[in-house]
Amino acid sequence: MGLTHIIDRRLNGKNKSAVNRERFLRRYREHIKKAVADAVQKRSITDIDRGESVSIPSKDIAEPVFRHGRGGKREYVNPGNKEYVTGDELAKPDGGGGGGAGQGKASNSGEGIDEFVFQISQDEFLDFMFEDLELPNLVKKQLKDTTAYKYVRAGYSSHGTPAKINIVRSLRGAYARRMALTGKTRERLKLLEKRLAELESEPEIKDPAFSQAEMIRGIKDEIEYLKKRIHKIPWIDDFDLKFNLHVKQPVPSTSAVMFCLMDVSGSMSQMHKDIAKRFFILLYLFLKRNYQRIDVVFIRHHTSAKEVDEEEFFYSRETGGTIVSSALKMMKEVMDARYPANEWNIYAAQASDGDNWNDDSPVCSQLLRDQILPFVQYFSYIEITPHEHQMLWHEYEKILNEHGDTFAMQHIVDAGDIYPVFRKLFQRKAA
Amino acid sequence: MTKTTQQAVRTPISTGSDWTFELIEEYNLAIAKIAEEYKLDTYPNQIEVISAEQMMDAYSSVGMPVGYHHWSFGKQFLNTAKRYQRGQMGLAYEIVINSNPCIAYLMEENTMMMQALVIAHASYGHNSFFKGNYLFRTWTDASAIIDYLLFARNYVSQCENRYGIAAVEQIIDSCHALQNYGVDRYKRPSAISAAEEETRMKEREEYLQKQVNELWRTIPESKEKAKNKKRRRFPEEPQENILYFIEKNAPLLEPWQRELVRIVRKISQYFYPQRQTQVMNEGWATFWHYTIMNTLYDKGLVNDGFIIEFLKSHTAVIYQPGFDSPWYSGINPYTLGFAIYSDLRRICEHPTEEDQKWFPDIAGSDWLETLHFAMKNFKDESFILQFLSPKVIRDLKLFCVLDDDKASEYRISAIHDDNGYRHVREQLAMQYNLSYREPNIQVWDVDVRGDRSLTLRHIPVDRVPLADDTEEVLKHVHRLWGFDVHLESVWNDEVLQSYHCPPANTEEE
Repeated sequence: MGLTHIIDRRLNGKNKSAVNRERFLRRYREHIKKAVADAVQKRSITDIDRGESVSIPSKDIAEPVFRHGRGGKREYVNPGNKEYVTGDELAKPDGGGGGGAGQGKASNSGEGIDEFVFQISQDEFLDFMFEDLELPNLVKKQLKDTTAYKYVRAGYSSHGTPAKINIVRSLRGAYARRMALTGKTRERLKLLEKRLAELESEPEIKDPAFSQAEMIRGIKDEIEYLKKRIHKIPWIDDFDLKFNLHVKQPVPSTSAVMFCLMDVSGSMSQMHKDIAKRFFILLYLFLKRNYQRIDVVFIRHHTSAKEVDEEEFFYSRETGGTIVSSALKMMKEVMDARYPANEWNIYAAQASDGDNWNDDSPVCSQLLRDQILPFVQYFSYIEITPHEHQMLWHEYEKILNEHGDTFAMQHIVDAGDIYPVFRKLFQRKAA
Repeated sequence: MTKTTQQAVRTPISTGSDWTFELIEEYNLAIAKIAEEYKLDTYPNQIEVISAEQMMDAYSSVGMPVGYHHWSFGKQFLNTAKRYQRGQMGLAYEIVINSNPCIAYLMEENTMMMQALVIAHASYGHNSFFKGNYLFRTWTDASAIIDYLLFARNYVSQCENRYGIAAVEQIIDSCHALQNYGVDRYKRPSAISAAEEETRMKEREEYLQKQVNELWRTIPESKEKAKNKKRRRFPEEPQENILYFIEKNAPLLEPWQRELVRIVRKISQYFYPQRQTQVMNEGWATFWHYTIMNTLYDKGLVNDGFIIEFLKSHTAVIYQPGFDSPWYSGINPYTLGFAIYSDLRRICEHPTEEDQKWFPDIAGSDWLETLHFAMKNFKDESFILQFLSPKVIRDLKLFCVLDDDKASEYRISAIHDDNGYRHVREQLAMQYNLSYREPNIQVWDVDVRGDRSLTLRHIPVDRVPLADDTEEVLKHVHRLWGFDVHLESVWNDEVLQSYHCPPANTEEE
């Protein structure tokens, strides 16, 4: 009878299959991307960032092996006979098999379930959603904000965490201390040892007062005493410890701001506004996920523009007429006040139905061309309308011809366009 | 051990359903003692307590404690996780492979009763089967498998680093498609040893390549020599081990790709006995957990609640839905195996007239000896042929259905009556014959001096054709072979059907 070992493995990693799972997701990424794109379109504003169940046609992930097909002559043994007797004949069901008489296992596996369904987590969902997207033209700009630090070495300190002990320095300190504290004792010890050696080598002289043997004994006692004292000095002591010292140094980093300009004028129907909001939510999620430190400025406008917070931007119902240029002016003001172009990467996304006062549209393109585009990395405009384009679009088209690298415009007709357009605007370009 | 039921005072090891490590140890000791009384000879046991998530991991790697990485295991995992979360399946409460020591897993969510059941089932039932059955004894080396799996894992990931994940994945995909054709059915394979593999791998790579080069030599031979030589068939005999043939002879494979083929082949070979002894193995383990748990009860080591909980679980394990039930998915190997072993014991202990007639050699013999003999010397097919008794056929109400595509109706060819027993038994045995369950496909010919194409030959049994995805498998063969691949279904020298990869240009029919 063998020995038995009982082992508690519960604390071992439980994600043994993580790599295999990841391999699977990678292999079927095209399928998953499609499922994600479909899901994004179906979801409402608030639950856009949940996990998702993805389904893949079973035949796409089947692992084929040589198997028996249908046909020929076969005999099966089945359990649970009720009324059959030898020689009975039974009608075959349509489709030549399956059903009642039960096929052998082999011929049925792989059929029956048409979709392979599995769950991906919220993180994975967003990863797939924003894969291969980036803010274009992002450059490093020197930054006054000091949230990014790098630790650099700065000599040694006598305080610190155990992880940072500098062993060489600490032991050197200990050695020095031991030398210093035992110096005198050692000197005396050396002397005594020398004297002892002399005494032992000298011939014995009869001297009742100082017998040689007694002197030797006295010296030996003292030597032992001194050795004990030396031994008592601790080999290493708390204040010997030296720690590597690191100090924080601010480092320049990329900093970016995104201006979200949304038209909430009366000409925008509820559906238009919903599409615009969903576009911005997507943008907002993308920015939050892929860029840890990014400022977002929300500006909504009808006849006048207003800087608002996230909550108001997405949920307020205020409305009115349309003067698009008011938003651009507002943006320019905010830029001047808070986001100097030499320190910030500036981005903007503008959404509108393109229904503007005709007199205002040239003003818009003027503003954009002269006061905004020279300072921003990328400005994207989406027009949400099922109708003919109006003045604003045509004005912007002129800009597109002049500033193709920093300006982009796209047209959205219904909710189904949001995600594809979003991807088009922020597609990572080959370096 | 005689059945002297000592109805002494009950002093149960535990009464609650919670388990502790001390209790597991105590139960294990008690079970080990009983197992010894029943002469169960086992490898040393390693019992690991794991969480449900870890069990899903174990489950999706076919029970291998270490496995190379592959997407198909990820697919298996996602599937297991989904079904578990939906409550469609209780996790298999035992997974065990034949290794030395024999590793069995206990899930932390289980009750004390379940832990004891799993210990009895896996650590003593399966374990003794692995150590005793002739297939495992001759075909597998329990002490080396873990090391080999480790070697395989490391080798695969080295290849991934060197040649890229995608390239490795492709080869393994193709090998998986053929893994059932990577076994020697009749020849005993050489033992697996990780250390040896490692040291000999280099030599083998060079040697192999040399051999392959020799085979595919294109330098013209002297005319005289060529004349003397008729076109020799290659291989001279049809080869059943397709992966082996590819490993040794595929013209274009790199040495590392050959090694990958070998790894899949070796692991497949290792699990081959498992596939041949499903009914026997599960039946044996089930018979012993049943017997051991009842002995625990007879000895007063467990209380009534424990044994009732056990019986409930046991009944679920051996539940066999009828053919017309919506839950029916073939014959439950636990049920069939348990029924045969249990009836074998009855035939030994309380033989009837029928038993005397059917089993003159074993009726009335020592049951323990007979059971051990049956466990050691058979595989599913021969085991059923030898030991399936008329009583079991009656109890399970087994009957045969003949499905001939030339007839318009199914025919009941035999049922559980005097005229039917033998036929049912033969048919059921056949159903567990792997070479009947899987199409018979062998390497037939290689056009060595011509277009280097590989021809496989399928010999259909009773006109059963190949399934629809045969073309897909052929693509995998083609990937490994590197040149054209043909597959012919041949019966009486007549080609019934042929498949080609790449597909033949000429329109057929």
